[in-house]
Amino acid sequence: MNPRHAAWAAAILALALFPLFGGKFGVDLVTKMMVFAIFALSLELLVGQVGLVCFGQAAFFGIAAYAVVRLTPQDAPASIWWLAPAAVGASALYALFMGSLSIRTRGVYFIMVTLAFSQMAYYVAHDTPLGGGTDGIYLNLVPTFTLGGVVLVDLAKAKPFYYFVLATLATVFVALAVLLRSRFGRALAGIRVNEQRMRAAGFSTYPYKLAAFVISGMVAGVAGFLFAVKDGFVNPELMSWHVSGTALMMIILGGMGNLQGAVLGAFAFSLLQELFKSQAIFGDFARHWHLGVGASIILCVALLPRGLAGLPALLRRVARNPE
Amino acid sequence: MSAHEIVLRARSIRRRWGGVVAVNDVSIELARGEVHALIGTNGAGKSTLVGVLSGEIEASSGTVELHGVDVTRWTQPRRARAGLGRSYQRSTIFPQFSVLENCRLAAQARHQRPWQWWSAASRCDVSGAAARQAASRAGLDGVLDREAGFLSHGEKRQLEIAMCLATDPQVLLLDEPLAGMGAEETGRMLELLAGLRSGHAILLVEHDMDAVFRIADRITVLVDGAVIASDGPAAVRANHEVQTAYLGEAA
Repeated sequence: MNPRHAAWAAAILALALFPLFGGKFGVDLVTKMMVFAIFALSLELLVGQVGLVCFGQAAFFGIAAYAVVRLTPQDAPASIWWLAPAAVGASALYALFMGSLSIRTRGVYFIMVTLAFSQMAYYVAHDTPLGGGTDGIYLNLVPTFTLGGVVLVDLAKAKPFYYFVLATLATVFVALAVLLRSRFGRALAGIRVNEQRMRAAGFSTYPYKLAAFVISGMVAGVAGFLFAVKDGFVNPELMSWHVSGTALMMIILGGMGNLQGAVLGAFAFSLLQELFKSQAIFGDFARHWHLGVGASIILCVALLPRGLAGLPALLRRVARNPE
Repeated sequence: MSAHEIVLRARSIRRRWGGVVAVNDVSIELARGEVHALIGTNGAGKSTLVGVLSGEIEASSGTVELHGVDVTRWTQPRRARAGLGRSYQRSTIFPQFSVLENCRLAAQARHQRPWQWWSAASRCDVSGAAARQAASRAGLDGVLDREAGFLSHGEKRQLEIAMCLATDPQVLLLDEPLAGMGAEETGRMLELLAGLRSGHAILLVEHDMDAVFRIADRITVLVDGAVIASDGPAAVRANHEVQTAYLGEAA
C-alpha cells in the first residue's frame, strides 16, 4: 500500500469510527464539516476543474435548503424519495437559469454576474413571504427515509444522520472523480486550460460549461438539502455572499485543482473556525474569530501555494532538498 | 475525389477592425494535395484571414465555402467538425497532459458520444486510435507518454500539428508552424508538411521565405490586407510588385 492509499484508508476509517467516541458535540461538528465538504466539492468542480470562478454558489445551497422547509407538509413528514430530488431539482433549475446567462461572460464579469444572481435569490428569501423574512423558517418534521415500510435511516437521530451524510459525501466524491476522468471531464479540463484551442478542435464549449454549472448547482443543492435536514432551520443568510465566499476560501485553503483539496479545505476551515471561536482558548478574543481565521488563511496561501492538498508533496521536496 | 479538388473557397473576404480594413476583398482557394503559402509583412492581415477562414473571426463581408457548402455563418467548432483544422502561431498545447492525451482530447470532439461521463477517457478506443495515428504522423511516436510541457520547442510545434490531425481535417490552416525553430527542426517540420500534402489542402502562413519557396505549390502575397499576387513560386519570385513590396524589403 503506498502512502497515498494509506492516508485515504486512515481518513475513511477515522470518519467511520468517529461517532463511537466523538460525543454529541463532535458528531454534530463533523456532520456539519462533511456537509460543507460536499458544498466545497460543488465549487471545486467549477473553479478548480473548469476555471469558472463562481461567486454565487450560496444560491444553490440556500434554494435547496429552503425547498426542504417549504415543501415539507405541515402535518406529516415528507419522504426523502421525493423531497431530495425536488430540492436538488430546484437548485438545478436555478443553476440552469444562472448559468445560461452568466457563462456568456468571462473573468471578473462572470464573478460579478454570478454574485448578482445569488443576491437576487437572497433578497427573495429576505424580503418576501415566500422566504419568511430575516427570521427564517423552521422545518416542522424531518423527512423519512424508508423503503417498503422499513426505516432505512432515521434522519432525526444524530448518529444515523452522520453516517447518511458520510455515505453521501463518499458518493458525491466518487461520482465527481469518475466524471473528471471521463471524456466529458477531460473536455472540461481542456476548456479550463485553453478554451479557444478546444473550439478549434471542434468542441462547442458553451454546453459543456453549462452542464458543469448545472451539475455543480445540483451538488451544492445536495449540501443544502442535508444542511436543512440537519439544522431544521433556514434563514436568508444561507444565500448571502458570505457563504459563497466561505466555499471559495475552503477550496483555496485546501488547494484547487483536485477534489481532495476541497474536502480537506472544508474540514480545515471548520476546525479553524471552531478553534478561534473557542472562549476556553482565546477568552474575549474569541468574539473576533474572523480575524484569526482570516490570518490563518492568508498564512496558508502564502506558505502553501498548492493548499493543504499540496502539503505532502511540499514536505517530500523539502526532505529531499533541505536547501 | 480528384487530387486537386478545391476544398475550401473564400470569396471577397473583407474584415474591418473599426476604421482599419485588415483584410480587403481577398479571394483564395485551397486544393487537396497542395500547399498554399500565404505571405506578407507583419500586419498584412494574414492571421486575420486565417481567423476568418477558421470561423474564429466573423467576416465583415464575403463568403467561405467548404466542399461547396456555404459555411460563412457556421461557428468555429462546427467548421472544425466539418473538417477545417487550424494550428496557432503560439503553441496552444495542454502542458499538463501527456502527448497522447493532448491528441486524444482533440480527437474526442468528433466522437459520437462526447458527453459520456462514466467511463474513463483513456479507455476510449475511438479517440485513442485516432490520437495514436495523429501523433505517429507528426513524428511523435517516441514521446507519447511525456508531459507536453516538457517537450522541446520543435516537438511542441509537431504536437500542435498532431492535435490538428487528430480531428481528421481535410483542410489545415497552419499559422507559422516554423516560428522560432532551428535549421534542423525546420527541416523535420518541412518533411512532415510535405508528407501531409496528399489528402489535405494546406494553407501555410509563414515568414521563413526559404521554407516557403521550398515547399509551396502556390503563393499568395498580402500587402495591407489585399492580395497583390497569387501564383506559382517562380512567378511570384519574378513578380516585380512583390519584389518591391515584400521580397526586396526582406533582402
